[in-house]
Amino acid sequence: MKDALMKIKEQALSDIASGAEDIEALKVKYLGKKGELTAILKGMGKLTAEERPVIGQLANDVRNAIEEAIAKEQASLKEKALAKTLLEEKIDVSVPGNKKEIGSKHPLTIVLDELKDIFVGMGYEIADGPEVEYDYYNFEALNIPQDHPARDTQDTFYINDNIVLRTQTSSMQIRVMENKKPPIKIIAPGRVYRSDAVDATHSPVFHQIEGLVVDKGITMSDLKGTLETFVKRLYGDDAKIRFRPHHFPFTEPSAEVDVSCFVCKGEGCSVCKGEGWIEILGAGMVHPNVLKVCGIDPEVYSGFAFGIGLERLVMRRFDINDLRLFFENDIRFLKQF
Amino acid sequence: MKLPVNWLNEYVDTKNIKIKDYCDAMTMSGSKVEGYETACGEITNVVIGKIEKIERHPDADKLQICQINVGDEVLQIVTGAQNVFEGAYIPVAKVGARLVGGFKISKGKLRGVESNGMLCSEEEIGININGEKSTGIMILDGEPELGADFVEYYGLKEDIVEFEITSNRPDCLGVLGLARETAATFDLDFKKPEGKFTENGENISDYLKVSVLNTEKCERYAARVVKNVKIEPSPLWLQRRLNRAGVRSINNIVDITNYVMLEYGRPMHAFDIKYVAGNEIIVRDAKKGEKIVTLDGIERELDESVLVIADSEKPSAVAGVMGGEYSGVTDDTTTIVFESANFNGPSTRRTSQKLGLRTESSGRYEKGLDAEETVPALNRALELVEMLGAGEIVGGMIDINNKPENKVVLPLEAERINNFIGMDVSKEEMIRILKKLDFEVENDMITAPSFRTDIGCFNDIAEEVARIYGYDKISSSVISGEVTEGKYTKSQQFENKIKTLLSDIGCYEIYTYSFTSPGMFDMLRIPEDSELRKVVKITNPLGEENSIMRTTTAHSVLEVLRTNYNHRVKDALVFETGNIYIPKAIPVTELPDEVKMLTIGSYGKYDFYDIKGIVEVLFAELGIKDADFEPINDNPTFHPYRTAKILDKDGNELGIMGEVHPLVAENYEIGEKAYICMLNLEKMLEVAYSEIKYKEMPKFPATTRDLAMLVDDDTMVSKLEKTIKKFGGKILEEVNLFDIYKGKQIPEGKKSVAYALSFRASDRTLTDEEVSASMNKILKNLQSDFNAELRM
Repeated sequence: MKDALMKIKEQALSDIASGAEDIEALKVKYLGKKGELTAILKGMGKLTAEERPVIGQLANDVRNAIEEAIAKEQASLKEKALAKTLLEEKIDVSVPGNKKEIGSKHPLTIVLDELKDIFVGMGYEIADGPEVEYDYYNFEALNIPQDHPARDTQDTFYINDNIVLRTQTSSMQIRVMENKKPPIKIIAPGRVYRSDAVDATHSPVFHQIEGLVVDKGITMSDLKGTLETFVKRLYGDDAKIRFRPHHFPFTEPSAEVDVSCFVCKGEGCSVCKGEGWIEILGAGMVHPNVLKVCGIDPEVYSGFAFGIGLERLVMRRFDINDLRLFFENDIRFLKQF
Repeated sequence: MKLPVNWLNEYVDTKNIKIKDYCDAMTMSGSKVEGYETACGEITNVVIGKIEKIERHPDADKLQICQINVGDEVLQIVTGAQNVFEGAYIPVAKVGARLVGGFKISKGKLRGVESNGMLCSEEEIGININGEKSTGIMILDGEPELGADFVEYYGLKEDIVEFEITSNRPDCLGVLGLARETAATFDLDFKKPEGKFTENGENISDYLKVSVLNTEKCERYAARVVKNVKIEPSPLWLQRRLNRAGVRSINNIVDITNYVMLEYGRPMHAFDIKYVAGNEIIVRDAKKGEKIVTLDGIERELDESVLVIADSEKPSAVAGVMGGEYSGVTDDTTTIVFESANFNGPSTRRTSQKLGLRTESSGRYEKGLDAEETVPALNRALELVEMLGAGEIVGGMIDINNKPENKVVLPLEAERINNFIGMDVSKEEMIRILKKLDFEVENDMITAPSFRTDIGCFNDIAEEVARIYGYDKISSSVISGEVTEGKYTKSQQFENKIKTLLSDIGCYEIYTYSFTSPGMFDMLRIPEDSELRKVVKITNPLGEENSIMRTTTAHSVLEVLRTNYNHRVKDALVFETGNIYIPKAIPVTELPDEVKMLTIGSYGKYDFYDIKGIVEVLFAELGIKDADFEPINDNPTFHPYRTAKILDKDGNELGIMGEVHPLVAENYEIGEKAYICMLNLEKMLEVAYSEIKYKEMPKFPATTRDLAMLVDDDTMVSKLEKTIKKFGGKILEEVNLFDIYKGKQIPEGKKSVAYALSFRASDRTLTDEEVSASMNKILKNLQSDFNAELRM
């Protein structure tokens, strides 16, 4: 009987290893109820009491060995089958993905949003106001009376003698100060209009961002510090600014503000025309006459204001060389942002 | 303002300052330098030569062969110039020379005759840089040294700095003003011209009488007379100075007036006394209808608002703007009047605008000139007359001064200035700076110089100190004081959200002009009597096509669609948030309402339901609930059967959307179906409810039932849906339209509509009976309201 068991084991293991017969069939053949091993075990009753546990143990060992061999073979077959399936599922990963269509915000919006976020982060509110504006807000209250030569620098569209298309968002300085008591900290982005013929750098419609801060003890250093922070947030920590004296009727002292060229970092290149600096905005301390017309006492309060031209900023940011692209709205242009 | 540096150096010595440093420092102290050029800077190898001999060219009528002595050799040069003669001293460009514009001279043959160089005109060697045409080869005076370097011998090399002067500093539109700024910037000494000359024993009152009738507009009028005038060309040095400052040389007298203008920054006029009828000058208002032919040859009709310089008969000049045609100086002039006056800035500006005549003179006067400088400038002119030997100065001066001296006196508040600017400058240093700028400082009181018409308050003084001290030395600080909260308003947030959402779901944002063409109404088929045609008009538009403020955004977006269609962009889906401008009344007397609109436009693969889907998802995200789309067929811009009014839940109109009428699309040359949607942002914001509350996830399962029915073809599904919702009861959770079918098996005039309904209760699993009861109620009402037939 011992021999018979050993023979079955041997035969079974070799059958399994050969892989010639179906593994399930082998399992039935050797381990099934009518299988060979079962058949042998049926003869156990004829054994002596001494032989029985020995043979029983051996029979178990044989069964385990066969079971193990079958399990192993089954696992291996499964693995092979899976590998085959996976291979069949092979795809060309270089085929482009399925298109998800998204649009885009206009480049002017993208940069304006950034600017707004920077200033909101610095504690500024955002003010809106009319584009069709009284001469009073656009000029008169800003220390630019009738017949003032400064009116020349801004070719104005007139609706009538008293109403203009605002030439500058500075009109918002007056509107804000008329309605709000210091401390005032606002920016006012918006459309402005000047009677400039359209070319690569001029448009009769463009955008400015006005800034205004009024409180007790506001200084020109505060203006410088504020603009430094703004410029660093916009252009990175190594950006520097430079104040150049200038004249605006509604600020005194006034300055034009340059930022160190973000292409050459101040070395001089074609972008900054060799200057190392690029003019980005005008700024200054609010003129006492302007505070006065808004009912704010210049002996108690002081303030600063600045005005940024959005289009120029955006052109530089994205290396756009023609302002007309902004208003032409060719989707092939818009898609790039 | 062009400043030749040698001219500057007469009043402040900048010879030791490098030109680049000069320009940078001036910019940083407030006189912005646009750039500089070096006159004659690129000229090399041009020497002084003498023409020894001239022969005709054997093969060319217009050429001459010259033998030129250039000191160490004799060069043969062929020239086409006709003004050369034997014995003439001329500038000679030798082979290898460089002339203006980098032009290089090489050896050559002209019609077979060898030519070793070139004879030069003033233009070619940078003497004449003003674009004035030279008439021939430059002939040199006297007997200069043969072979000497031409540029060096005459000291012709000179830097010319171009300044951009702001409108508040007309004093810097002159050499003296810039010299003063230079002195303050570099801490140098500044000296003014003395204006000294000798008068003859006569008295001006025997020659001329002046009366000023409008003393407000003519603040000061000063005049002097010069007799025995010799009109001739100015000396070369003076011609060159004018030329380098950008002014054409005319004759000695006119040149003197221009020279003084360039130095003092104030216009001046010289005229022939023989044209002054009655030898009397009257400064008065013009009479209505009075005419004058100005120097430019144009006859101009005047009125009482215009100030004129007149004689006893007629106006001879428009004060401060332009002289009349008989007011100049001619070759036979013998006695002249030099006029130096101060005309009121705003009135000069109004006159110049009224006549449409901007001149060098009006541009200066309108900025407000200093009446105090009237006489020093006049004296300087006479000093030059004497220097040039141009005539004999008649004794005495007429000076009618109606401008009371009005000095601006301000306290010197050193500490306040330092605090205000954010710097630490000693009081002594402030006083030094102010004095350099010709302010007087005494006992802590500052008196501004009269030419500084821009000074009027504390801030002005602070600026003077700060700019000379250096803006770059101002420290940076963080704003102290009350903390402010940075924030967006509700409507700003709303707009931002819309832009983000629309761009995320495939729309491209556009920016269009707010003004547009009145022709758009016809293009959009808007009726003649439409309110939309009442517009805010621009009185001075760039062109008809940009002359009205838009009352609808349809035109703007259609133009963008047209552009893209023309550029062969296949599909377009764009949006804009922008204003329309609705006048309160016509004519416009107050500001119009500026209404912010959201406009969406498309052509290509998008259809009505794509755009509607965008609007729906937008509404869902913005919390605009239960909006209605109601068909309208009477808007001529739109397709009559593919257009809807968009209403909020209370029936208020939010906007319109639909297919663009084919005739309109044709007007915009869009060869495909186009769609636009226009929504009023403010009205949307009013009904948007964005608060989000969490709802518990359902614990019990839903039961779904499909419902298919036949209804009349023109039944709107939105009405079916309303009925379903109304009668479905509380347990009806969701209604989804999944099919609309017409055609086979469906009778003519009918359509099949299929819904998937989902029922659920939050506290139990629904029984079949409950759901069926609800379904029956729905069916009954659909049958009665719409004559719906259930399909199995």
